[in-house]
Amino acid sequence: MSFYGWLWRILPGPMPVKVIGALTLLTAVLAVLFTLVFPAIAPLMPFNETTVE
Amino acid sequence: MRVLRNLIGLLGEFLITAGAFLLLFVAWQLWWTDVVAEAEAGRVVTQLQGNPNAWVQPDQVQLGDAFAIVRIPRFGADFARPLYEGTTRDVLQRGIGHYDGTQLPGGVGNFAMAGHRTTYGKPFNQIDKLKVGDVVLIETKDAYFVYRVTGHEVVPPTQTSVLLPVPDQPDATPTVAALTLTSCHPEFSARERFIAFGKLDATYPRSKGVPASMLEVQG
Repeated sequence: MSFYGWLWRILPGPMPVKVIGALTLLTAVLAVLFTLVFPAIAPLMPFNETTVE
Repeated sequence: MRVLRNLIGLLGEFLITAGAFLLLFVAWQLWWTDVVAEAEAGRVVTQLQGNPNAWVQPDQVQLGDAFAIVRIPRFGADFARPLYEGTTRDVLQRGIGHYDGTQLPGGVGNFAMAGHRTTYGKPFNQIDKLKVGDVVLIETKDAYFVYRVTGHEVVPPTQTSVLLPVPDQPDATPTVAALTLTSCHPEFSARERFIAFGKLDATYPRSKGVPASMLEVQG
């Protein structure tokens, strides 16, 4: 039992198509992380304050 | 046994994924935020320089407006960043922010700005390299204001007295046009703030420009 093994098995098509599918998924995950997830958690990090208040 | 092996396998995959997630976050924070912020800063500066109608008068700015270009030759001959009104998180992620309520460029009192030391384009990354006499040039719709650095201090994040009309002197009546820059200190930490002070040295109409000698770095 393995999540990535399962993912690879359910990707459709022959080997080259599976590779393209995997890369597409990876790109989509990175895009969501960079544009939504990381900007949302950055304010919780302790090193971004520059003002006196 | 089989179940246990499966669970350990899944746990291993989860830990590898979590590690990749953390590394990606570091890459995003340390690299990608700079890429995005510097690209936007360059775009805004170019737009201001190329279009006289893009300028807002400093006394009419709204939160988030770009109303000046900040040049600090010590940070590099081509260092030019937009100055936005306000110091909210969103504003500072785009560039240098003007503490609202503090004096406008050139006015008697204290003109105060904040900028990131690291990440988000890190406009004040080298604030600790400023020397007494270094120029901080502010270009607005109608004028150039040449401030010169007079000193620095490291303070706790709560020491708002650095923003007073006469920095650190409550109740004093300002007689000169002062400048305060704030950024975090040490780098990658929010423990303290690095504060640089300055005062107005000269003013030039924007149409006349600034003498090139003002932009040379001394020493």
